[in-house]
Amino acid sequence: MRSIWRTLQQSLDKGLARDIALVCLADGVVGLSYGAISVGGGLDLWVPVLLSVVVFAGASQFLFVGIVAAGGSPIAATIAGLLVNSRHVAFGLAVSDVIGAGWKRLPGSHLMTDENVAFALGQDELKRKRAAYWICGIGIFICWNLGVLAGGQIGSVITDTDVFGLDAAFPAVLLALVLPSLRDKSTRTAAVAGVVVALAVTPFLPAGLPVLLALVGLVFYRTEQSPKKLPEAKVVV
Amino acid sequence: MSNPGLVLIGVLVLAVGTFSLRIAGPLLRTRFELPARMEKVMAAAAVVLLAALVATAALTDGHGAAGIARPAGVLVGGVLALRKVPFILVVVAAAATAAGLRLVGVR
Repeated sequence: MRSIWRTLQQSLDKGLARDIALVCLADGVVGLSYGAISVGGGLDLWVPVLLSVVVFAGASQFLFVGIVAAGGSPIAATIAGLLVNSRHVAFGLAVSDVIGAGWKRLPGSHLMTDENVAFALGQDELKRKRAAYWICGIGIFICWNLGVLAGGQIGSVITDTDVFGLDAAFPAVLLALVLPSLRDKSTRTAAVAGVVVALAVTPFLPAGLPVLLALVGLVFYRTEQSPKKLPEAKVVV
Repeated sequence: MSNPGLVLIGVLVLAVGTFSLRIAGPLLRTRFELPARMEKVMAAAAVVLLAALVATAALTDGHGAAGIARPAGVLVGGVLALRKVPFILVVVAAAATAAGLRLVGVR
């Protein structure tokens, strides 16, 4: 473990470290609002806190406590959460090398979030991808859980976190993280098509499915258009 | 709150299920060697999912539209991010825009 940490520190420059810290901080604030919303909605503190540690996936946690706090069935809440989290299969396929092999896959998988996947994909070399993924993942885990705990304590005080615009902070964080990956024209085309599909079906489908259906946009993805393709073509053939 | 026992089971099933979904990719990838071209498609798939997540989180709320304040906040954050403004400003500007609009009555 220590050797991994040293490698990570070596490949971590100041700018990257600062960005990671800010992502963690932002997620901590979103965790604060999640904890406050959950307890404010009438749930016992252990529900949002346990979810944060063992599930550790923000969107599904918001969905789960939303359904349960509204008097909905915990079974429906679980299914909805799993549906929202199914995108992690694609993430895992994309960042498998970044996570590493052997036992590292266990903590590495649990630390998989939208943010550190987006962060890793936005880096150029594997070393930087690894550093971004692991340090961002660990940092988010700590900040998210501390935020949730703190938010749960002040839950009854804050009733409407939208007043602070926190609902705009989460998509903004993710957008900033995904922008570097959208520099590739073909990826961008696929993403735009996927976004159109997801938005079009949102009124009709349960949460989670619209995002999955965005994968339809991949029909517009062409590896040939990628400028990095040329040297790699020889290896493939 | 509904039956705490049932809620606890729900939380644990969601935890095990989510972990299985997360580790599926790394486990599959160690069994089968993917061609380089497929790796690029996988990376693109992750980016497409993330972009869709941003769009739905920014523009929709449940099955309807998210109103004006939140999309405006995300838009401001996005423009600042494109201009390579420090990350903290992106986040603060997005939240402040949404909060400010709501303060003056724009939902």
